[in-house]
Amino acid sequence: MPITNMNRRKALTMLGLTGAAGAIAPNLLVSPAWAARPDTPTGQIVVGVSQEPTVFNPLMPRIEVDDGVQLSVFDGLVRISPDGEFIPALAAEVPTIENGGLSEDGLTWHFKLRDDVTWHDGEPFTAEDVKFTLELIMDPNFRSWRTTGHELVRDIEVVSPTEIKWRMEEPFAPYMSILVETMMVPKHILGHLEDRNEAPFNQAPIGTGAFKWGSRKAGDHVELVANPDYFGEGPFVERLIFKYIPDLTVLYTQFKSGDIDIISNQYITPDNYAEAKTLAGKEVSVVPAPTVESVFLNNEKPQFQDSAVRQAIYAAIDKQTIIDALYYGLPTPSESYLPQQSYYYNPDLPRHEYSPETANKLLDEAGWERGADGIRAKDGVRLSFSNSTTSGNHLREQAQQFIQQSLGEVGIEMTIENKPPAVMWGEYWTQSQFDSVIVGIVFTTGADADVTVRFASDAIPAQGGRGSNTGQYQNPEVDKLLEEAGRIFDQAKRKELYGQVQEIIREDLPLLPLFQYATVRGHKEGLKGIEANINTRIDTWNAAQYYWDQ
Amino acid sequence: MAGFLVKRLWQSIVLLIIVSMIGFGVLHLTPGGPLSQYALTPGMTQETMDRIAEQMGLNRPLPIQYLDWAWRLLQGDWGTSYRDQQPVLTVIGRHLFATLLLMVSSTVISIGLGTWIGIRGATHRYSTFDYTATVGAMIALSIPTFWFGLVGIYVFSLKLGWLPAGNMYTIGDGSLLDYLHHLILPSVVLALVNIAIWSRYMRTATLDVINQDFVKTARAKGVGERRVLMKHVVGNALLPMITLAGMQLPNLLSGALVTETVFTWPGMGRLFLDSLGYNDYPVVMGLLMFSAILVLLGNLIADLVAASIDPRIRLA
Repeated sequence: MPITNMNRRKALTMLGLTGAAGAIAPNLLVSPAWAARPDTPTGQIVVGVSQEPTVFNPLMPRIEVDDGVQLSVFDGLVRISPDGEFIPALAAEVPTIENGGLSEDGLTWHFKLRDDVTWHDGEPFTAEDVKFTLELIMDPNFRSWRTTGHELVRDIEVVSPTEIKWRMEEPFAPYMSILVETMMVPKHILGHLEDRNEAPFNQAPIGTGAFKWGSRKAGDHVELVANPDYFGEGPFVERLIFKYIPDLTVLYTQFKSGDIDIISNQYITPDNYAEAKTLAGKEVSVVPAPTVESVFLNNEKPQFQDSAVRQAIYAAIDKQTIIDALYYGLPTPSESYLPQQSYYYNPDLPRHEYSPETANKLLDEAGWERGADGIRAKDGVRLSFSNSTTSGNHLREQAQQFIQQSLGEVGIEMTIENKPPAVMWGEYWTQSQFDSVIVGIVFTTGADADVTVRFASDAIPAQGGRGSNTGQYQNPEVDKLLEEAGRIFDQAKRKELYGQVQEIIREDLPLLPLFQYATVRGHKEGLKGIEANINTRIDTWNAAQYYWDQ
Repeated sequence: MAGFLVKRLWQSIVLLIIVSMIGFGVLHLTPGGPLSQYALTPGMTQETMDRIAEQMGLNRPLPIQYLDWAWRLLQGDWGTSYRDQQPVLTVIGRHLFATLLLMVSSTVISIGLGTWIGIRGATHRYSTFDYTATVGAMIALSIPTFWFGLVGIYVFSLKLGWLPAGNMYTIGDGSLLDYLHHLILPSVVLALVNIAIWSRYMRTATLDVINQDFVKTARAKGVGERRVLMKHVVGNALLPMITLAGMQLPNLLSGALVTETVFTWPGMGRLFLDSLGYNDYPVVMGLLMFSAILVLLGNLIADLVAASIDPRIRLA
């Protein structure tokens, strides 16, 4: 890893290890405000979130805001930097084939761990905890949220308290990205319990992170306190508070009034961006998010069998107007399901062009003829389908109406059938009962471009598959490429294969990509250390670095 | 009296069973489920969702799930929240205080002011005060609470800076004064509608009494106007209000959804909304049973109080 590519955290950690305090000085040039970091944790930060964090066992099913708390309380073996690089966290180094941590065939994983880490209760963190965590995830009685990758782990061997290795049933390159999202839990707390689903630990977690569990006022906030024994850099504030504010308007109001210091998930709504920019004492910026919005098709429906239909619908949608008129020009149009900042992103995909003429031409040529009611049909299939999304999402509802109108002009009927969230994302979605959906999805596996669970033919729940390919997309070529890319560790080669997958999917259009989201983030002036990271699900991934400029 | 209570108790139990069955059925038959919020989680697979559903017992037949739930409830186990992994009673208990604080202060304001405005409106019928009160009540009743809430926050928090923009207390402070400071805006906003309702009821009730023969008799025998009003008129006019107040009891504890949302007040209304959105069946069922019991209890208390005040009412 060339030193220029290092992120500051890593560089500081390494310099810190050499004990040469003077060597840190050059960093002052990069970040002059660094000098103002307090020597002891000072002050508090209130982070406003629009959903309530309720899951504090990091191995259980969770949503973004839970990540916000967990990333401050726990650590994984590795972390991921904003530019997509793996950084050692609890590990002493990131295993690679070059440094011998990974065997050439990718089957043996060997981790060296830090020897200076303690749990929040003072017990040392060791390889036994890692073994326990990986085994707990696969415990059939435990409610773990993800087993992808972990299910391939065999023969976990604790070599010494700071060394662990295991064998993989088959090579699986995305596993490092999964490990980034796998926080370690303490064996000495959970090991002897019979029921880990309802352990007291789940409500008062003990981790290794920069912040310790403080208290929780249900329905209101979670308070974390600084961990003075944190092995890494920081923390620099005494208390980190996640305040639950369920209404987005109220969330923004409390950001304006100064009741919250950071407006976190789901951030500032696009319609408030213009005003937010002008607020005194606040720093507001637009940050790309990994979520890609698309018109998501159910590819098993007879209306969508013909490629010409999918191409025509895509051509008939005026993306740019949706972006500009409804989303205030913040998102960026996209042709891929991957975020444009991803290492694996393919920038050479054909550009979408809004053209009702092209749409009409495609449909005419394919033999879809307008009936008496103006709606096209072919072989008894009417070109009519429903589109659904979460009811109450005003921007999406407006986008739907706009698309409905555009499609109507080329002889396609789209009806709108929105549903409340629990219904929408229940079986209606998972069992592919919809015609089409407007939805924002993060397709990646962690930061990895592996999309097997989303696009592989054997991942269709409605057909007995075990993944989340709810669009029921099937393409043997994609299957083959995905399998191959998952088994190799050569980054450049993987990028090439995932580039091809993106090409095929752009051509097949099983989903019609609209845009990649951008979020409007904001915090108080004087609050430093905030850094966006598209590879994490939440903005407070590095709260250990936050501090108040004095 | 004892016979009345036994009869009431039986009725209540039957009613609670019916309510629980309907509630359970409707809740579980709604498509989607507690796992739907994870459907879009990156990396979530059908395999994982099926496994979790099985662990949570969600794949069992509905009658079995109901019987299991009811049997546990009889033993005092209200279940565990899906969203929170905490016992339902703990979850409810944690939100109860916030709601009680808000509702009690708002009810004190609204009953106090509402009663006064109602009586004065009736005794000074068609006066400027009466018209102002009537128009004011119309406005308060027709404008939604969230609007009052947002306007209140805009004026008193953002512009004037006198009052906090929501929340129950300042994190890290939490003194009595701090609580009171935070309480002013939401309780007044919430009280507005109720003042309107109470004053209208009170005005009508007073007018009903004020022209009755016994009031005329009281005046005729030379009782002072003030004494007539307080003892004869108000005393009798308050009777229907007791029934009304009894029916208010469940509201006291079930929370004010809109106000709690606008003012980020961590009360029962928000708990209900969050739990419903998540399909957190145990908590929703817990809240349903809780408010059903309160409704029954509120009516019972109202009946008992009315009977003890009004000798004409006999309970049987």
